[in-house]
Amino acid sequence: MTDATPREVQQARWHEPVVMALGAAGRRGITFATPEPEVAAIGSAATLLPGAMRRKTRPALPEMTEHDTLRHYVRLSQQVLGMVGISLFGTCTMKYNPRVSEALGLRPQLAELHPLQHPSTLQGMLEIVWNFEQVLKALSGMDRFTFQAAGGADAAYTHVCVTRGWLESRGELGVRDEIVTSIQAHPCNPATAAAGGFKVVSLPLEEGGYPSIAALRAAIGPRTAALMINNPDDMGIYNPQMREWVRLVKEAGALAFYDHANFNGVMGKIRARDLGFDACMFMLHKTFGGPKGGGGPATGAYGCTEELARFLPKPMVNKTPSGFTLDVPPHSVGKVREFMGNLHIVMRAYAWARGMGAAGIHEASDLSVLANNYMEKGLLAIRGVTKSHPDIGGPRMEMTRYSLGTLKEETGVGVGDVANRMTDFGVDAPWLAHEPWHFPEPFTPEAGELWSKEDIDTWVAVVAQVCAEAYADPARVTGAPHNAAIGKVQGEGCEDPARWATTWRAYLRKHGAVAQQQAAE
Amino acid sequence: MANATEEAKAAMLRAIGAPSIESLFAQIPEDHRFRGTLDLPPQLASEVALKRHMLGLLKKNQDCEQSLSFLGSGIWQHHVPAIVDEVVGRTEFLTSVWGTPSSDHGRNQAWFEFCSMMGELVGLEFVGLPVYSWGCAIGNAVRMASRLNGRREVLVPAGMDPERLDVLRQYCQPAGTQGHVAVTTVAYEPATGLLDLADLATKLSPTIAAVYIENPGSFGVVEPRSAEIGRLAHAMGAEFIVGVDPISLGVLAPPADYGADIVVGTIQTLGAHMAAGGGAGGFIASRDEERYAREYPTLNISIAPTDRPGEHGFALSLAHQSSYGMREEGKDWTGNSVYLTTIGCAAYMALMGPAGFAEIGEVITQRSHHAAKVLCGVPGVRIMFPSGFFKEFLVNFDGTGKSVEAINAALRARGIFGGRDLSADFPALGQSALYAVTEIHTAEDIARLAAALEEIVA
Repeated sequence: MTDATPREVQQARWHEPVVMALGAAGRRGITFATPEPEVAAIGSAATLLPGAMRRKTRPALPEMTEHDTLRHYVRLSQQVLGMVGISLFGTCTMKYNPRVSEALGLRPQLAELHPLQHPSTLQGMLEIVWNFEQVLKALSGMDRFTFQAAGGADAAYTHVCVTRGWLESRGELGVRDEIVTSIQAHPCNPATAAAGGFKVVSLPLEEGGYPSIAALRAAIGPRTAALMINNPDDMGIYNPQMREWVRLVKEAGALAFYDHANFNGVMGKIRARDLGFDACMFMLHKTFGGPKGGGGPATGAYGCTEELARFLPKPMVNKTPSGFTLDVPPHSVGKVREFMGNLHIVMRAYAWARGMGAAGIHEASDLSVLANNYMEKGLLAIRGVTKSHPDIGGPRMEMTRYSLGTLKEETGVGVGDVANRMTDFGVDAPWLAHEPWHFPEPFTPEAGELWSKEDIDTWVAVVAQVCAEAYADPARVTGAPHNAAIGKVQGEGCEDPARWATTWRAYLRKHGAVAQQQAAE
Repeated sequence: MANATEEAKAAMLRAIGAPSIESLFAQIPEDHRFRGTLDLPPQLASEVALKRHMLGLLKKNQDCEQSLSFLGSGIWQHHVPAIVDEVVGRTEFLTSVWGTPSSDHGRNQAWFEFCSMMGELVGLEFVGLPVYSWGCAIGNAVRMASRLNGRREVLVPAGMDPERLDVLRQYCQPAGTQGHVAVTTVAYEPATGLLDLADLATKLSPTIAAVYIENPGSFGVVEPRSAEIGRLAHAMGAEFIVGVDPISLGVLAPPADYGADIVVGTIQTLGAHMAAGGGAGGFIASRDEERYAREYPTLNISIAPTDRPGEHGFALSLAHQSSYGMREEGKDWTGNSVYLTTIGCAAYMALMGPAGFAEIGEVITQRSHHAAKVLCGVPGVRIMFPSGFFKEFLVNFDGTGKSVEAINAALRARGIFGGRDLSADFPALGQSALYAVTEIHTAEDIARLAAALEEIVA
């Protein structure tokens, strides 16, 4: 048994300058062969490109050797905690990313495929897409899936686009112009609805931790285009009335879309189609083992019924007796992004599903719910920690939202301070909560099926230690991090036009004196 | 799964005080539960078996390394330096999720470096973190422009890449929806492929939100009158948006020099594998003016001091205006994007440096022009817009009496992927294909292509 006692760890601290300040004039990292004489005979770019459009001055990029460039970025990587420690980053379902898939992804049979190759030369890729579509169909009960969306939010957007296509086919575009969601739904739902031209109706949470049927009834009607809803929510509350919700929404003539962001706790336990939904979305970079990569490349798999499939983005992969083909659905809404999506992530998700199998996927959801409820026992025993909806008893799903409101009141130490201090122990900061915060000083851990009982024990012990410090020595916490690559970033200037700088050239213009001083030191 | 052991499960259930794992699902009503058997293919539990299965599938593909490919049109086959693969493969970058500015400092710095180097290439001071793709970046930029001036029509080249145009139309929403922006195309000159300025003048008015052009354009041709187009747009109060392939910017002028207000483009050419389209990524840049900055839908990262004197770190800037901060009131929407690709692109740009960009721009220009000249010698083959192009050019086969489809099929049989067939999307161009030639192509490759074509058209 691993000892769960918190131990502080020192992160690498390389004092690595911004790359723009590295290198020396004349150094090269890469060169390109001088063209063959017959190629060079064609003339130079100076004669071949329009004079008015030629670059006059070289870009002020660093001049570095290959060795120095590699060292710089390896050093930067060492100043990233990632999943090297323990990361229970809730709402994102931290999973192990099998390295066999990373290795496969670098094979030329995937890495060097052009999306516009003739389908006859992409049969292996298309077979993977088709095979994985069958997996998602089994897990959701839906009829078709597209992988064009480049993330979960993009899949929500895909639903908005499909909804428009469906409304247009019924002559209701512009008539049904409202999309209903919950204030607890991920911001991408209302945001993509609005960006797609719909008015947004957000239902508030009520007693059970979810909006009431009465509120839903009041919100839906002849102007409703769709419901976009997640279940369970990020607090671990499952809305048991969802079947009735879907029935009411469809009775009102609208579509029901299931944002399955929080699928990990219900994999194999429920199916969107069985509950009456018209469409759903899965995140392959999350639930299906694709890497986070700091935020993509990602894939939002969007699935729907046969009735909606004719509106899906083009092209779709079909299986025919003579092989896999790419076809345009009859009433396709067009594209949400170029080409077919992040198919290299689909490959990883398919490999993950094959590695897990049906029993493994079932067990993963079992373990993720088990781990979360186990963690809750430890966290609620800590002074200063409470959970969301404290009056709602019983087990939660795969994650629970907690609050450090008590800790803040009693010590002045907030959740941001605690998160910073946790990283001193090699534990990645937890997710707090999406806007709006319903509970003060929130944080949302999620253990999933990945993290061992010992990892969870350690994580809880770190929270306990930091909370104890908040009572005994609050400055130790508010002064954190102590062991990170750098000190605490003072981000106030990032909101000030006179001080923000998203590029080095803006930095030099606005903070030139500081930059010079640092260079001199 | 570490907790799959009976001991771990029992210990955790004991601590919870629950009789069974099943009891933990009490929130889900029975009539919601799926009690059937999941119809999934059999498990491949061992890495040996899984790898064998996956490789068996992947080997059914014919890739651009084993074949000789001239496909471009939005995704291009460029050399990916070996260190880029190592950098993006680092476990720390691969697995990071959000973190704090201190604990994920290295990643944030790499992102800032990406923006800084992109800013140097395009000549602008404000660069957001990348978005899903070039097409999505155009969509975001047009929506930015429309919010800035309250106008609802954008002018784009009629020769624009069909994939990007489809994405733009999606972002501009169908007529009849609130917030719709009309997408109007401006004709190109049949002789040169350049924007028809007379048609532009006809369509430009004080109701135009933005004029969008690309350099090089989708037919490969660089627009020599870019500055004039920008002046015409500005005269009508429209934003001037320019799309670029940044690998050209060692030899081509930074768009800021010819008046671009917002610059967008691909990041795929900066060291991302094509990956069947998975290498796609886009960026948005502008002058560092508050009115632009406050319309960005991207995550933005700013350099900032830390609590230690003389030290700096990086933090999010203007996050509140995103959908994370304001939900439906936010700018478009923000979510996962292509942030790992972004780090690879940073390593690529640092490796290239100013001399690398100048050299690759020179080499691509020479190799593509050489290829066009060689193909001209194939009977019945004509280069449609033979001057002033970068990397891509239109090859017309009308004189051969054969369709691009037939020619490409015959090339495929010889292990060659011919250029993208444009005959369906641009009927006016006849049987034309868009050929892409980059630094990876040699004179020998071009000779092989020409010989194959001569055989095919004979």
